Amino acid sequence: MAKNNSIYSKPIVFSVIVTVAILIGTAVMMVLPMFSSSMHPKLEKLKPYTALELAGRDVYQENGCFYCHTQTVRPLKAEVMRYGEYSKAGEFAYDQPFLWGSKRTGPDIARIGGKYTDKWHYKHFNDPRKLFQGSNMPGYGWLADYQLDPGETEARMKALGFPYTKEDIDALSDKTKLDALVAYMQALGTAVPKPPKVPMIAAGDKNPFAENANAVSDGKKIYEMNCAACHGIDAKGDIGPDLTDFEWVYVAGPIGDDTLFFMIADGTKKDQEFEGRKAKGGMPSWGEFFGKKKIWSVVSYIRSLEEKK
Amino acid sequence: MAESVAYEWKPVKGFALSGVFWGAVSILIGLFISIQMWKPEWNFAPYLTYGRLRAVHVNGLAFGFAVAEIFALSYYIVQRLTRTRLLFPKLAMVQLYIFNVAIVAAALSLLAGFTQSKEYAELEWPLDIGVVILWVMFAVNVFGTIIKRKEEQMYISLWYLIATVIAVAVLYIVNNLAIPVGLFKSYSIFAGVNDANVEWWYGHNAVGFVFTTPILALFYYYLPKSTGLPIYSHRLSIIAFWSLVFAYLWTGAHHLVYTPLPDWIQTVGIAFTMFMIAPSWGSVVNGYYTMGGNWDKMNTNYLTKFFILGITFYGLQTLQGPTQGLRVVSQLIHYTDWVPGHVHMGTMGWVALTVCAAMYYTIPKVYNTELHSVKLANVHFWLVLIGQLIFSISMWILGVQQGAMWKAISPEDGSLTYTFMESVVKNYPYWQMRTFGGALFTLGMVVFAYNVVMTALKGKPAQTAEGR
Ligand code: HEC
Ligand code: HEC
Ligand code: HEM
Repeated sequence: MAKNNSIYSKPIVFSVIVTVAILIGTAVMMVLPMFSSSMHPKLEKLKPYTALELAGRDVYQENGCFYCHTQTVRPLKAEVMRYGEYSKAGEFAYDQPFLWGSKRTGPDIARIGGKYTDKWHYKHFNDPRKLFQGSNMPGYGWLADYQLDPGETEARMKALGFPYTKEDIDALSDKTKLDALVAYMQALGTAVPKPPKVPMIAAGDKNPFAENANAVSDGKKIYEMNCAACHGIDAKGDIGPDLTDFEWVYVAGPIGDDTLFFMIADGTKKDQEFEGRKAKGGMPSWGEFFGKKKIWSVVSYIRSLEEKK
Repeated sequence: MAESVAYEWKPVKGFALSGVFWGAVSILIGLFISIQMWKPEWNFAPYLTYGRLRAVHVNGLAFGFAVAEIFALSYYIVQRLTRTRLLFPKLAMVQLYIFNVAIVAAALSLLAGFTQSKEYAELEWPLDIGVVILWVMFAVNVFGTIIKRKEEQMYISLWYLIATVIAVAVLYIVNNLAIPVGLFKSYSIFAGVNDANVEWWYGHNAVGFVFTTPILALFYYYLPKSTGLPIYSHRLSIIAFWSLVFAYLWTGAHHLVYTPLPDWIQTVGIAFTMFMIAPSWGSVVNGYYTMGGNWDKMNTNYLTKFFILGITFYGLQTLQGPTQGLRVVSQLIHYTDWVPGHVHMGTMGWVALTVCAAMYYTIPKVYNTELHSVKLANVHFWLVLIGQLIFSISMWILGVQQGAMWKAISPEDGSLTYTFMESVVKNYPYWQMRTFGGALFTLGMVVFAYNVVMTALKGKPAQTAEGR
């Protein structure tokens, strides 16, 4: 039993000791690191948000997207394959607050910038279930009914000390919250260069399953689940181009098996060069998800569509 | 009792009933968002979308329910343990009115999308100032009454209360520092990695000093009160208290495992996280040994099972939590539905069971009457127990399934086995199961609210001279 003159009968002394006890851990783990440069790194390529992107980030905050999406890729093998290069401390210098999130009801979107076209995002926000039947993401098409308030965004840019021009602000007046959100999506993760892909097959390889009937039906299944959302269920084109015509966007004339394979495995990036033509981007890469066999099956399926014509 | 004290029960009653009301509303919102998870058409734009309602649910229960009941029951036990009348009853009543206005404003502002978007610190800066004012009012009354006390020794519950008052003040103020831009918007003064570190130093300790220390204060007071058995070991209480209060603040980084936060912070955080088992189980063991050879009270005294199950869930929570902090476990279950499973064993199991039992004990005392129905209290117990178990267990299974699907790599060609959507479509049966468990829990809490309100309505005018 404590004696009567112990700290348990002296509330003020007791409170002081409690305060000291909680401040020790606080100081070591939270306050001291704050003064070390390792907590404030900045990548060279990192740029502050533009006015439109910041407005989009505000929309992201307002609607609690971070309760379903994270923005940190962990340095784990499967995670880097799924989402892209792992997150660097220097990517977040302009993030006040950070929006890493703690739950992935939807996928991580740290590397979403450039993965899809703007058109895809509009379509997806309008009705996620049009693209993915089983998605439980709420629709956000209604954001298009809200005009941005340029004055408000200007004040916010000022508060954060981000550079802007008068034109940037004026340009906001005919933009909606949805436009801003899409711009923010396209800015995410762009400060980190995408590492070059290791080719999965050798140039000139032929489809080893070309004569295989099962490959066509396997490929059809894969196509319907993953590709139809953008290229249409009949592959006649929608967000992505028609795959049944003999016209290839970046390849003149008939396309080789290997080129078709690379197109699907690696996707396209904006301004990437193909035989002298520049890509618009927006075709995601599938190599990490499918492996060789599945990609060849899809190639077989696409070939079967061409043949029908 | 030889001398009689004119205790002040009005603020106790006011906060207790406010908490019951806000608790009921916020639990119903929880049930609603659990349905939105498998019925996305139920997102009614813009105010009733998941991303906004989730914040209302969490804040409603943390501030509207937990903090309200902490205010109510602290005002009760502080007066009892000091045998002193609340020092500033009028201040407490003003606090009660401001509190309810603040909760309404908080709910509306979150629905409108005004949020700092830091977990458990969503409220925008004007409301943060309101929260700080309310907390200072609380602190003044708690400290004032303790300083004027007639009982020399401060009982264990008062230690935990004092720690709560101090720690919450420090945590809340630091993490909410922000640059305001207009009334409804602000930006954190911290950025990036540093902001993440501050937020989870706060976030984990919000759990520690809102959902743990004040609830332990209740446990140490009400378990002996309702069973008539003294706490088993005073020495164990001392060790458990100081080690908990010291170690808690070191552990926040376990929420940031494998993020760009510097490795040493993660590692030190994880080490202290492991240590947390000791002080937590100090209280669990103390609770069990208090029952000693009197386990028959689980049958004969309806409140005992609430407290014993409550501390059991606390014990499980404090084994599961440190396990989750380990890198090998975190890589699998972090970001999955496992975490809501963990969270709700703590909140529905430990916090709600303990708070409700404390209310069953306190409400009849302050209204000078008997509990409306012990039978209904038992119905409440079984509904929330079963509801919570269904909720947590289905989320644990789902979490492991998600974690496994996300990292599965085909041995054939080294490609990922599943796309993200392939994992999403497998969630639905578990999400529906959660809604079912949640509905049972909600029903239980409605029975609780009804029982409390009926008891209050039966209340007789208080005698000034207090019997026990
Ligand atoms: C209820 C949880 C939930 C909320 C809230 C939510 N999402 Fe999603 N999100 C998902 C799910 C599930 C997917 C995967 C299926 C899909 O693409 O629809 C997804 C997919 C996405 C994708 C495509 C990611 C990719 O790599 O294919 C983007 C971009 C996105 N969400 C952005 C947002 C934004 C911005 C918000 C807030 C305005 C938001 N989400 C709110 C659940 C959610
Ligand atoms: C998010 C939408 C999207 C999805 C999903 C998608 N694509 Fe594409 N795809 C595109 C876009 C956009 C382009 C054009 C790329 C460019 O212009 O840079 C394209 C281009 C292509 C091309 C080249 C077409 C040409 O005419 O040169 C092929 C082949 C292709 N996609 C196949 C597939 C396959 C197979 C899948 C499923 C595994 C798939 N795509 C899934 C959007 C998508
Ligand atoms: C020793 C005690 C505990 C430890 C070490 C611990 C540890 C953890 C860890 C590591 C996480 C993060 C899991 C992840 O995201 O991967 C977590 C989440 C959480 N825990 Fe615990 N836990 C403990 C006790 C409790 C108790 C008693 C409660 C509540 C009553 C609780 C409530 C929560 C909540 C609300 C979260 C979710 C945080 C978020 O939003 O991401 N925990 N805990």
